[in-house]
Amino acid sequence: MKLANILKKRKIPLAWLLLTRQPLRILVAIAGISFAGILMFMQLGFRDGLFDASVTVHKLFNADLVLISPRSKSSISMSGFPRRRLVQAMAHKDVIGTTAVNWNFLLWRNPKNLSTRSILALGFEPSKPLLLDANFERKAETLKNKGRVLFDDLSRDEFGPIANWFKSGRLVETEVGGKRVRVSGIVSLGPSFGADGNLITSRETFLDLSPGNPQGSIEIGLVRVKKGSDIENVVRSLNLSLPSDVKVMSLKSFIEFEKNYWKSSTSIGFIFTLGAAMGFIVGCVIVYQILYSDVSDHLPEYATLMAMGYNLKSLLGVVAREGFILSIMGYVPAYLSGQLLYALVRSSTKLPVEMSITRASIIFFLILFMCMGSALVAMKKLADADPAEIF
Amino acid sequence: MINSCTKTLEISSLNHWYGQGEMRRHVLRSISMQISPGEVVLLTGPSGCGKTTLLTLIGALRKVQNGDVRVFGKQLYGACRKTRQNLRKNIGMIFQGHNLLRCLSAEQNVQMGADLLNDFSYKARRAQSREWLRAVGLEDHMSKLPQDLSGGQKQRVAIARALAAKPRLLLADEPTSALDSSTGREIVDLLKKLALEQACSVLMVTHDPRILDVADRLLQMEDGQLVPTV
Repeated sequence: MKLANILKKRKIPLAWLLLTRQPLRILVAIAGISFAGILMFMQLGFRDGLFDASVTVHKLFNADLVLISPRSKSSISMSGFPRRRLVQAMAHKDVIGTTAVNWNFLLWRNPKNLSTRSILALGFEPSKPLLLDANFERKAETLKNKGRVLFDDLSRDEFGPIANWFKSGRLVETEVGGKRVRVSGIVSLGPSFGADGNLITSRETFLDLSPGNPQGSIEIGLVRVKKGSDIENVVRSLNLSLPSDVKVMSLKSFIEFEKNYWKSSTSIGFIFTLGAAMGFIVGCVIVYQILYSDVSDHLPEYATLMAMGYNLKSLLGVVAREGFILSIMGYVPAYLSGQLLYALVRSSTKLPVEMSITRASIIFFLILFMCMGSALVAMKKLADADPAEIF
Repeated sequence: MINSCTKTLEISSLNHWYGQGEMRRHVLRSISMQISPGEVVLLTGPSGCGKTTLLTLIGALRKVQNGDVRVFGKQLYGACRKTRQNLRKNIGMIFQGHNLLRCLSAEQNVQMGADLLNDFSYKARRAQSREWLRAVGLEDHMSKLPQDLSGGQKQRVAIARALAAKPRLLLADEPTSALDSSTGREIVDLLKKLALEQACSVLMVTHDPRILDVADRLLQMEDGQLVPTV
């Protein structure tokens, strides 16, 4: 009933016709708005991608709670704490399992061109769970032999064609920290801002590769609790009962802790947000230019409409609708190119840059705001339309 | 409600000035005139004598500074913008230039006039626009843009647009000035015929001596004053 009414009341789509009868102008407008949109998609995508990348490994941990040293500031500067604390944590009635993890950067030698590069190495007891991946347990079995490592196939190419060689059945051996190791499996973790690549090994091998590490010291303690127990509660009571040389937090806040480091202690957030703001401003200027010249060009026609009896409000509506149409027409190509460029970024940098609904809608509203704001400023020009001047 | 027995237009002792202070110029001097419903009145006079100014005042496009202007019985002196705007919907205007919207086809241009009628459905308004274009003899050019039409055709579209809003007063400012004589004649005849079918009064400003005979009444203006005609 209501729709029928609207159909009945509808008028000539003047805004649409004004725009589409000038193909060149609208093409320029769409190109400009899309460019601004793409810029925002890229900048914000990179920013969020970098933040997400800093926790790729964190997210895969099979844990409810995490113990770290209070001196640890981020994944690139982890401090050790006594492994005994993890054993003490077992005393809590809700805790059902723990895994001690060593976490440090070691030098990896590329077996193809023999150059070395810093890689993030994780050491753990292979009999205990580490990652949520279902296949991981089988691969971890192989680490029970000394000198075996699992290599992350999402690591940057500079570490050598390890995954290819391994999958083709070749025996892959190289040096880590100056000691010979053999790749006994492939995992998929993903590089982060701090680490270009990852490898997983047993604690025994880890300590062998990095002899400076004190025997009883670990960097991360993973704690699993009974199903249905109140995690925040366990965190509180463990923090109370354990000495102050460890800090207990839920896995979620551990992830936030890491992201927060990159957000607040580095300039990434500022740089990329500024980049997105530049895109926004460029877009505003372009849309304003287009709408302003459109209104100026059609000023006599607007004046004629006013003389015919159209009121200023309905003409302002035409300009507003032009802004709205431009925002939709500019957003769609921006979104599609955004998707395309994200895929390109993923394949070339292996950063987890994904199109999220939040970002897609934030940018949509930014573009809408940009177009409507510019339309609002361009409307001022309409006040110059004087119907008395057209006779 | 506007009383139907009142005059379409009543003007008494209308004065108008342009400019401020030293530069102030008296362009209309105590004009008084009337137009009855269905009357066709032609206004002639040398250029610069204030004809167009008078037209814009009647068309509610300018503020009345001094004197009485009643259109359909409504006082325009001191009328607010909204009143003038609403009044304009009942006044059709045809300009010297055609003033069609360049981005709209002939049919859409006419519909911009018809769209002012709120109580008709989209379909009805569309049908009316087509009807008007047929009436002005442009049924074969409905979807053409103004740039593809000849001068006479454009002026016909402008007439159709002005009449599509069902005005009760039609103001035309030299509608034939851009046309050759035979086309001009056709246009004026058409204008008169269609206006009378609608019981719409016409006030036309013209220089063109060849079309004076369509008028019921002739008014002459000189130096901002109406000159009594024989």
